Amino acid sequence: MFEIFGIPSTALFGQLLVGLINGSFYALLSLGLAVIFGMLNIINFTHGAQYMMGAFAAFLLLDYFDIGYWPALVLAPVIVGAIGIAIERLFLQWLYRLDHLYGLLLTFGLALIIEGAFRHRFGSSGLPYRVPESLQGAQNLGFMFLPNYRAWVIAVSVVVCFATWFVVERTKLGSYLRAATENPTLVRAFGINVPRMIMLTYGFGVALAAFAGVLAAPIYNVSPQMGSELIIVVFAVVVIGGMGSILGAIVTGFGLGIIEGLTKVFFPEASNTVIFVIMAVVLLIRPAGLFGRGA
Amino acid sequence: MVAQNVTIPAKAARTSTVVIAFAVMIAVLILGPLPPLSLYPVDLMRALCFALFACAFNLLIGYGGLLSFGHAMFFGWASYVAAHLAKIGTISFPVWVGAWTWIVIPLPPLTPELAILGGTLFAGILGVIAGSLAIRRQGIYFAMITLALAQMMYFFALQAKFTGGEDGIQAVPRGQLFGVIDLADTMAMYVFVVAVFVAAFLLIYRIINSPFGEVLKAIRENEPRAISLGYRTERYKLVAFVMSATLAGLAGATKAIAIGLASLSDVQWQMSGEVVLMTLVGGLGTIFGPVVGAAAIVAMQTQLVGFGQWVTIIQGVTFVLCVLLFRRGVVGELAARLRIRL
Repeated sequence: MFEIFGIPSTALFGQLLVGLINGSFYALLSLGLAVIFGMLNIINFTHGAQYMMGAFAAFLLLDYFDIGYWPALVLAPVIVGAIGIAIERLFLQWLYRLDHLYGLLLTFGLALIIEGAFRHRFGSSGLPYRVPESLQGAQNLGFMFLPNYRAWVIAVSVVVCFATWFVVERTKLGSYLRAATENPTLVRAFGINVPRMIMLTYGFGVALAAFAGVLAAPIYNVSPQMGSELIIVVFAVVVIGGMGSILGAIVTGFGLGIIEGLTKVFFPEASNTVIFVIMAVVLLIRPAGLFGRGA
Repeated sequence: MVAQNVTIPAKAARTSTVVIAFAVMIAVLILGPLPPLSLYPVDLMRALCFALFACAFNLLIGYGGLLSFGHAMFFGWASYVAAHLAKIGTISFPVWVGAWTWIVIPLPPLTPELAILGGTLFAGILGVIAGSLAIRRQGIYFAMITLALAQMMYFFALQAKFTGGEDGIQAVPRGQLFGVIDLADTMAMYVFVVAVFVAAFLLIYRIINSPFGEVLKAIRENEPRAISLGYRTERYKLVAFVMSATLAGLAGATKAIAIGLASLSDVQWQMSGEVVLMTLVGGLGTIFGPVVGAAAIVAMQTQLVGFGQWVTIIQGVTFVLCVLLFRRGVVGELAARLRIRL
């Protein structure tokens, strides 16, 4: 064991790891928010609740159907994404012509309903979810122990984030998506079914949140309020990064996670608030956000 | 922009309906605690404080078009400050002069009006800081920034020593108003709360109908146009934000004295959501809407107090229904049906 800046290296690397894990969730969630906002012009306040539903879906699949982690990693996002599509068809599609604010208010109401219902059914205390057997154990890296599951979460988050970036920025489908974001009427005139694209985009964004939820289930306890606190931090992340750029959302997410982790080592009292303080500073220096193209 | 066919009602007609509605409201406030209604004064005071909170919030969204999702920070922090001043008095805060040192201002427990003033002032200062950050971005970002700042203030409240953490500040003495009138008597306290509420309500009415209020409405309708007319819209928005924050603080501080409790639930994000809901149910941008909405939500909470999570679920359902079907709210709908302004 050695020391860096007077801090034991194990503590430093341990918190860095926690920061990277949190950063993975920030990145996945802010990415979903940005994709949804781009197409629907709605800030999806339900995102936190959908992340929580993803974790609960994994928990319930195991509890009732004995379906393990690996199938749940695919099934939970599909189920929650389908619920998201139903929400879009039932509620959100009526709001596209209205002020943005109504979308925020409606999804806030939905978040209250979902969180309240889960709390009513499952209570507020967390439910445990086991790390899958194939990812148990840890690697000794010499300077720290790296639990396999945490390494997996970081790796798969990075892969999913960049896959999303690739699809949106480098494929034909993504070019339709970006075009429809810029000018939906014109894209529609070219014979592309824009409403269906909007619907599927929402489903995809929600599925990303649920995917993050499944990844989070073995790390944190599965609890109804796991999403609502996280989503506020993710909002701050989105304000800092700006929603104009997908790569920006990913970089900001991971970066802020690491900064938060380091704050836990050097100034633990501020670890809850550091992201909000950074947001205030960014607003002072660069009001449009680090990667923003104007508000 | 297509010129819209707006019929402007004669000034006299507009004023008279407002006067009638105002008279009805005063009558309810006077008759409420008396038989045959015999409403519990403490419930009424709670409802009045939330009504004032919602009116203050409505000043910002209804007339300025700015959705703040963090108004709980002003309400909650003002109630902490007022409760602390009324119960302990002594103020101490750290200042950076090369190193953190604590400045201590020894004070006796203050009289309720000074405690409320202190809480309100604090909310105003907080409003200047939060407002000047939040108005740097528009629309949806504005809402997210205010929410994030409020969450930061929530964590500060959780960690600060004087707030009492999870316990909050309990058993706040009501004290002697101006050192003379004993507010321990619930009816005296009720009259005081009614006076504060009516004064603030009239102030908000005055602000809305002032030239300043007209510019604010112009900014809400078309900000670029207001800029092109030479108005410094940021200043107007900031002033509106600070006024709204200050009045929200007045509501929170009064509530702390009247109920005798300042707690974490007043600074939580759920409280910011509740005030949005109250205003939405009553009617955004109506004068009486927030009062009706606050009364409805507080009544619902009191009725459903034993039903746990159902309160949250019903609030969520109300949000969804209001946004999809009932965007004008109770008072807005009524005014539209009767073709009057309320």
